[in-house]
Amino acid sequence: MEDIEHIEKEMKLIGSDGRRLDGRSFDELRPIRIEAGVLRRADGSAYIEWGGNKVLAAVYGPREAHPRHLQDPARALVQCRYNMAPFSVSDRKRPGPDRRSVEISKVISEAFSSVVFKEQFPRTSVDIFIEVLQADAGTRCAGLTAASVALADAGVPMRDLVASCASGKIDGVVCLDLNKDEDNFGDADCPMAIVPRTGDVVLLQMDGHLTYDEFQKAMGLSIDAARRIYEMQRDALRRRYSVTHEDILKESPPTAPVAEERPVTSEEDFGPEGI
Amino acid sequence: MQGSGALRPIVVPGEAVGGPGLKPGPGTYSEGGRVFAAQLGIRNEHEGLVSVIPLNGRYIPQRGDAVIGEVVDLGPSHWLVNINSPYPAPLHATESPWRVEFGDTARYLKVGDVIMCHVLSVDEIKRVQLTMQEREARRLNGGMVMEVSPTKVPRVIGKQGSMVSLIMDLTGCRIYVGQNGRIWLDGDDRSVAVAAMAIRLIEERAQAVGLTEAVRELIEREKQPGRGPRPS
Amino acid sequence: MSEEIVSELMRAHIYRLASTGQRVDGRGLDQPRKVSVDRAFVKTAEGSARVKLGNTDILVGIKMSVGEPYPDTPNTGVLSTSVELIPMASPTFEAGPPRPDAIELARVVDRGIRESKMVNMERLCITPKEKVWILFIDIHVLDYDGNLFDACSYAAVAALASTVAPAKSQGLGDDFPLPVEHWPVSVTTAKIKELLLVDPSLDEERMADARLTVTTDENGDIRAMQKGLSGSFTYEEVKRIIETAQRVGRDIRPLLQSS
Repeated sequence: MEDIEHIEKEMKLIGSDGRRLDGRSFDELRPIRIEAGVLRRADGSAYIEWGGNKVLAAVYGPREAHPRHLQDPARALVQCRYNMAPFSVSDRKRPGPDRRSVEISKVISEAFSSVVFKEQFPRTSVDIFIEVLQADAGTRCAGLTAASVALADAGVPMRDLVASCASGKIDGVVCLDLNKDEDNFGDADCPMAIVPRTGDVVLLQMDGHLTYDEFQKAMGLSIDAARRIYEMQRDALRRRYSVTHEDILKESPPTAPVAEERPVTSEEDFGPEGI
Repeated sequence: MQGSGALRPIVVPGEAVGGPGLKPGPGTYSEGGRVFAAQLGIRNEHEGLVSVIPLNGRYIPQRGDAVIGEVVDLGPSHWLVNINSPYPAPLHATESPWRVEFGDTARYLKVGDVIMCHVLSVDEIKRVQLTMQEREARRLNGGMVMEVSPTKVPRVIGKQGSMVSLIMDLTGCRIYVGQNGRIWLDGDDRSVAVAAMAIRLIEERAQAVGLTEAVRELIEREKQPGRGPRPS
Repeated sequence: MSEEIVSELMRAHIYRLASTGQRVDGRGLDQPRKVSVDRAFVKTAEGSARVKLGNTDILVGIKMSVGEPYPDTPNTGVLSTSVELIPMASPTFEAGPPRPDAIELARVVDRGIRESKMVNMERLCITPKEKVWILFIDIHVLDYDGNLFDACSYAAVAALASTVAPAKSQGLGDDFPLPVEHWPVSVTTAKIKELLLVDPSLDEERMADARLTVTTDENGDIRAMQKGLSGSFTYEEVKRIIETAQRVGRDIRPLLQSS
């Protein structure tokens, strides 16, 4: 087994040329690949590979909330369960939620709760599942990013996708998207998630040591990267329903796209105005 | 991005879809005077209204919808019907086509029965009531039921029912399409299998141009003698 | 249709079709669905495989560590199998500790592997009575579309076949591939009234009266069996099912062995 103390003294995470151990510069993302609609049973799903992370996300809902006493008569519950497979880490993790998973589940639930149009579905639950199959630091950001795509894939009405990324500090340098070694031996890690269109921050955590200046640098890197990640999410969704020519309207009436049986009335066909 | 002309790109939630003077329709929301997509779908504009036609989504019951449901529970004066929506749907004995004595509901419909019925009402907190008083309502016997995404139902039905009529004519099957994405097919086994294949094709290629022709070709090809059942 | 119940209408349809030797997805009664195997899917595991049986999708990771042997088998490695029916795989799966069906699945898959002596467990002894290799087989069900018994077993077998023991990092010499010596293949048959269907789909499984899983090795010998559900089999049916399992097993075995 490696001698951790020995490594800490010796390990330089950033070389004199500014390159990190994996060759990246301070503002470079690891390679990311996203695919939407990968599972059959779930209402929506997505799979993401982000550096060494492999994460699967799936959505059921809106569906009847159980148990009944937890139902909210005015809106849908938005609940996320983040879980790591036992084989996803070097030292096998016992099956079942640990405190870290419970906390991550909570903050991700809250992130999505702020974008889903909950009032449209009282007494139901939108259930989001994130399963980490292979971990390499940044799993909550990868999971959140994939879950966002899964929600859109499921057709859950939302204000926007949510894009997530983390930045931190290694060897005193603020860097984007830390990998496992950088996270273990670095000085700070700050995962965040934003609503791309408005820039609203819906998830923010931090541990380590950052000056106020360093924090702003880190956020700047993350927000910038989140916009690039948003493009990948959108691209994955478009590819799923790859449309070269479309005319979904060709053979059905436009505004209320159903057959004659459903009468079109002015009230029922307007979407929610504002939030 | 807003499409114009033949190419209509897919929009994701949060994308701007509005234009000057356009009002928000289904699948969109407005904020700060501008209109954005609320769901993943195709942008559509018609008579001053911009909407997004979703590519996927749960079935949300609307008054008047014809649906195919399965009885999952019953009480002395009602049945509970699964219509594949987030909300369980009761059918009251008084809304059935029979005169049901209190406590006698099982005599008319039991758990596991499949029915064609309609959505009678949906109240402000999305509570649903069903009815079997409409003409086509009935308990379904024989045949088989398949499920497609509710968002594909308009495509399966077609303009003025043209697509489903085409499939019925070419295969000789009886077909009921529920707004909730459930479809009942009845006929001889081969015809039912072919009709089901055609419906799957529509579900997978709902956005394609020339879909009607593709469906016609598929059915003609599968009707050839010597074609055995194929994995769907 | 509804999550757990198959409607009367669909039961009648499935049964009627099956009486003529056909199934809803076009298969014959004795025909399993397509099996696809993706090896070494997870790099943090010592071995892994993702297997799809039709649309049923399973990911297995094999983790190995060093520990004490069980007192009654002081000279052999330890095998531990567990199954997680994660909620995303089916609307009927709930988060929480393993339910009886998950436990039964794990034990039946384990039995097939253990009793066939697929892995030579004596070779996994490091120091008798003190130190042996511990093999964790973690089965993660990702998408449930019928017949978890076979799908989980195929994924576990394929994962073991691609496993490399991390001896180097334990200071125990060079890494070595797991000593695999036998090849168990599980084949499950469902009984609907008097009809026997191999590799039941989701609906077929939900309306089945009885189920029998038979695991055979490369010689056609029986290594594990499990009957499930509350119906019964005649002895003739049991024999037919075993013969089918031997035959179908022969076809599937090459797909699981390393290429």
